[in-house]
Amino acid sequence: MTATGNSSADVNRGGEPSSSAVAAIAVENIVKRYGTFEAVKGVNFSVADGEIFGLLGPNGAGKSTLIRMMTTLVPITSGKAFVAGFDVAKDPDDVRRVIGVIPQALTSDPDLTVEENLSIYAKLYGVPRVQREKSMAEVLEAVDLTKWRGAQTKTLSGGMRRRLEIARGLVHNPRIFFLDEPTTGLDPVSRIAVWEMLDNLRKTRNLTMLITTHYMEEADKLCDRIAIVDHGNLVALGTPIQLKQGVPGSNVVEVHFDRETLEWKERLEKLDGVTSVQAESAGFYRVLTSSGSKTTMELVELAASLGETLTSLSVQNTTLDDVFIHYTGRQLRDEQVKAVFSMPPRPGAQP
Amino acid sequence: MNRMFAIFEREMRKFFRSPVLMVMSMMLPLVQLIILGNAYGGKIRGAKVAIVDYDHGPQAVKIREACAAIAVNIATFNTVNYTDERKAREDVRTGKIDAAIIIPAQYSRRVYAQDAPKLGLVVDNSDQFTSSSIESELQSLVEALNEPVIQPRVVNKIALQFVELYPFVSYMKFLLAGSISLAMYISVMIGGGMLYIDDKARGVHEGYLVTPISKLELVMGLNLAGAVKAVLAGVCLTVIGSLMAGLGTIFHPMQLIQAFTLIVGTAIAFNGMMFLMMVRVDDPLVPRAMFGVLNTLLFFPSGAVFPIIAFPKWLQAIAIIDPFTYCVHGFKAILLKDGGFVAIQYDLLFLFVFGIGTLLIATPLFKRTL
Repeated sequence: MTATGNSSADVNRGGEPSSSAVAAIAVENIVKRYGTFEAVKGVNFSVADGEIFGLLGPNGAGKSTLIRMMTTLVPITSGKAFVAGFDVAKDPDDVRRVIGVIPQALTSDPDLTVEENLSIYAKLYGVPRVQREKSMAEVLEAVDLTKWRGAQTKTLSGGMRRRLEIARGLVHNPRIFFLDEPTTGLDPVSRIAVWEMLDNLRKTRNLTMLITTHYMEEADKLCDRIAIVDHGNLVALGTPIQLKQGVPGSNVVEVHFDRETLEWKERLEKLDGVTSVQAESAGFYRVLTSSGSKTTMELVELAASLGETLTSLSVQNTTLDDVFIHYTGRQLRDEQVKAVFSMPPRPGAQP
Repeated sequence: MNRMFAIFEREMRKFFRSPVLMVMSMMLPLVQLIILGNAYGGKIRGAKVAIVDYDHGPQAVKIREACAAIAVNIATFNTVNYTDERKAREDVRTGKIDAAIIIPAQYSRRVYAQDAPKLGLVVDNSDQFTSSSIESELQSLVEALNEPVIQPRVVNKIALQFVELYPFVSYMKFLLAGSISLAMYISVMIGGGMLYIDDKARGVHEGYLVTPISKLELVMGLNLAGAVKAVLAGVCLTVIGSLMAGLGTIFHPMQLIQAFTLIVGTAIAFNGMMFLMMVRVDDPLVPRAMFGVLNTLLFFPSGAVFPIIAFPKWLQAIAIIDPFTYCVHGFKAILLKDGGFVAIQYDLLFLFVFGIGTLLIATPLFKRTL
């Protein structure tokens, strides 16, 4: 099945499912409306069996709504979604039996032990009594929580709780695994541990995974293909390499001038191979270019000829950050979309 | 069914891991039972009553002796001698004394002459309880003095003979039925309503909704757990409250069976009502805000603290549809009257029908999706 996006000419560049012709997930012109607000606007894509598929997008882009429609949590307004061949709207219980879902929130009960949480979900999924113990032992082993099976969930660290969530989603041995921002709120070490675990699970259990994330590195490391969602539209789809290649300019030169002048942006844009220049802060520019080495040399020469000093200069390959900015026109950072509350300083408190 | 019991198991495990929930659901009703049970229904004792004697004759002495007898026996009031009526009236007004008996000049002569003798009583009627107690006591005193010294052989007055069916019912015993109902209500409100909405807000329900559990299994699992928690609270308070109030219910198997049946009916009714109210609520603040309002709206019109027949019509109308009313009536019939199943059959019928009816309305309203 062909994977297609809906609203951008860039979509579907190289967006073929990786190996199998059988789609584990297929979404056809799916729409979700809340009153007059359209959260998802006719998205199309498919995920092949055994593939890890990433949905990337800023907060409010519609990726959680998409995953909720596919997991039967939110009714579909129009369009169709098939999971393991079952129509999500018509056969929701069949869909629920073959999927494991890790919602964004930590849904395991903090008052119950690790084992009790798994046992209750095994019963909810109808795992037969004879298989229940074996299945629980296997998933606990897989997420490295065997020695914590008797611990109350509230005593676990954030990373361990997230691993418990993953174990909970696997206790009935699903074919397809949906993970909604599985590493949000974790420290870098726990995040890497979760990535490794998910990669192992895919290999050992032949799982198809659909992951939503707003960590570029996570998408880059884990996903076979990535779809970028913005304002309810699918704006890009492809493998990480294809997406990076799709962005004009294969290198990024980051330069920091000692002195900011208004002409710098214009001067940089005139250099050979430069496709775009972003002013990040005073004197700091991010230059996308087709030839990093050539642009760097020209830039150094230009600065020397003008008697300007460079504070720093670096050349790197295009990242998914650049892909994201290219398609959505903004940085993918929480603080841009969420109001963060911080306690006011106490009177007389020293910094 | 297994899925329903999985939900039930989860709720009960959570409940027993948080004994504070059980304690809190019983704390308020028990405190209320102890404080209100002892504060209300007691008799007035040791009020200060002035005697202003302008007569000083033999009949005035009889009045003073009768008052002294009251002071040392039933002790409703103690007497203080005053010489000035105006001073006594002023002291009643300012609260230094509770009442003043005025024995006017020529009182003894009028008694002997059978010339309409009168005694004056000044009371502070801003305190109805104290003033009516003193009035009632002095009325009895005057009636006794009016009785002829030698009783006629043939009594031609109508006499009313009281037959009290039950032993003395203290206010604490009267209040116990309301306290049991209140404990069950609080258990349902905290253990059912608040935890249900908190779980919803925390996303725990999202975890259930992605499993193949049916809407009915989920609703029944949650409600079964809620009802069992309320039954546990009801049983605990029946046992503890009966012992505290001095009722022997727990030592009579039949009364225990009746009480347990009523507790089950009440648990189903309260839980159904709560589930219907919370089925579409998402904000955890809502059940907290509703707690006090519902408590007042349901508990006080139920006859738990004051008889329903004394209410105005509109309040009686609330009492008719209030499940608390039937729970309180049923418990009074069992705990205070030992009336058997006959006395509680309509209460049970209402509670079971109300509970099942509210659940039947709530189930289709329950959303299987987010």
